Amino acid sequence: MIKAEGLTKYYPRTVAVDHISFEVEKGEIVGFLGPNGAGKTTTMRMLTCFMPPSEGTAKVAGYDVQEQPLEVKKRVGYLPENPPLYPEMEVLEYLEFVGRLKGVPNSKLKQRIDEVVERCALGDVLKKLNGKLSRGYQQRVGLAQALIHNPDVLILDEPTVGLDPKQINETRRLIKSLAGEHTIILSTHILPEVEQTCQKVIIINKGKLIATDTVERLTQRLRGSELLAVEVDGATSALQVQERLEKVPGVSRVTLKSTTDHRYRFEVETTKGASVRPEVARAVVEAGWNLYELHTAAMSLEEIFLQLTATDQPSATGGDR
Amino acid sequence: MRNAWILCKKELKSYFASPIAYGLMAFFAAIAGYFFYVAVAIFVTRSIESQMMGGGFPMNVNEWVVRPVLMNISVVGLFLIPMITMRLFAEEKRSGTMELLATSPIRDWEMILGKWLAAFLLYLAILGISALNMLLLFLYGQPDARPILVGYLGLILQAGGLLALGTFLSTMTKNQIVAGAATFGVCLLLWVFDWVSAYETATWAKVLSYLSVVTHFEPFSKGILDTKDVIFYISVIVLGLFLTARSIEALRWRA
Repeated sequence: MIKAEGLTKYYPRTVAVDHISFEVEKGEIVGFLGPNGAGKTTTMRMLTCFMPPSEGTAKVAGYDVQEQPLEVKKRVGYLPENPPLYPEMEVLEYLEFVGRLKGVPNSKLKQRIDEVVERCALGDVLKKLNGKLSRGYQQRVGLAQALIHNPDVLILDEPTVGLDPKQINETRRLIKSLAGEHTIILSTHILPEVEQTCQKVIIINKGKLIATDTVERLTQRLRGSELLAVEVDGATSALQVQERLEKVPGVSRVTLKSTTDHRYRFEVETTKGASVRPEVARAVVEAGWNLYELHTAAMSLEEIFLQLTATDQPSATGGDR
Repeated sequence: MRNAWILCKKELKSYFASPIAYGLMAFFAAIAGYFFYVAVAIFVTRSIESQMMGGGFPMNVNEWVVRPVLMNISVVGLFLIPMITMRLFAEEKRSGTMELLATSPIRDWEMILGKWLAAFLLYLAILGISALNMLLLFLYGQPDARPILVGYLGLILQAGGLLALGTFLSTMTKNQIVAGAATFGVCLLLWVFDWVSAYETATWAKVLSYLSVVTHFEPFSKGILDTKDVIFYISVIVLGLFLTARSIEALRWRA
């Protein structure tokens, strides 16, 4: 449904998107994961024909974004990071306008509006001004706007940003319910969001593609190795503890993080698949020290990137082609 | 063409949903009414004077009332036009709705034409108020209708051109005020270019004077319809819309 080949965007003095290639099948929900400034929005803007790529090509629903932008635009619904609402318009009036703009025939307009209003639960606010709506409702109107012409492809730029937890959940559920009939790309910098809503994930950082894979396989690979935070008290020196911890089977690396009054804080990396927490606890206790803390440190997105860029890159790309 | 009309309707609605349209209409009604009143008052005093002096020449309403009023309205237009066009694209850029328009299946020229047409129709509505004044002349006197119609055609063409330039300048910035100020500057320049012809006859002065909207409006105000002037205004409209299209395209490459 979507096929990008060597997609590149140069800005003065920077490369926003650097030769990205990926494919999205019909009916899939794909998460576009990356930190702020990774090039997610730029990539999406090229796919929606908002801006032309500097190099490379992209095909959406079988049409080239540069050769036949009108055909692409007819088949794409786009929700930018800030919902593109006219504050002085009423919700219903706005949806009518966007519907006409997107080429919905007059005879079908009412039916389409009824459908998206029901889908996005906008029944209560139809007569309200866009500008007076809460952020959550604005996001829903934005989504309704993207759906109005029943597009094959939905491109959503950070659809849950700025929402409260309840609204985030509702939005995710709504997006999930749209899968199947629509092919969806959504961008986010929140890892759990991808896990919850997407089947496939594309990770980019600094404009470069780092990995494309199914969510299960990616999380499996990332969770395979655990990162532990260990805090120990009562030892004579940090080195002593470090040496002891390194002897625990399954531990690959131990680094001292901080020292306060003979209380040492370590970060313990473990090899894939090994569950070493009980072993670590036993080792500390048997040595006669006090174990203050032992927990798995959640891997931040940054660490995932570091890990992916450092070790896994060759095997990661093109994982399920 | 359907798309241009969709956008045009949307723009007109937003003009009338905010106080802009009403404010401009009220301002224009007051100022055009004042000009009309002054012109009629002068005309009446002079004609009474000339009758008392025994000069039997009936004075011409067209020359004494219509012409000065039309000239004044054309100058007032220079102030109104920036206020009409400044928001057209600047507001879309600021609020992010440009992303909606640019990713909708419409062509750039449809978008531009729709917006310009809305500004143009609003200006026609504003101008329509002054036509009420002119109707009064027909009620109480016998003015010649043709020069009035030609004069209004001139006003409409002039506004079309300046509105197109204003539309173009509105694409250059996110800030309405900047767009409005720039448009006002351009309108003012095109107005005062004519002044050099008063003291200078060199070629550059002739060119400058030719570029002035006043030079081309004067014949219209006298009721003279000259193809040269019509073509000038139409060229300005086409140039303005063309520059807008280029600017929108550049926006995509830079965005």
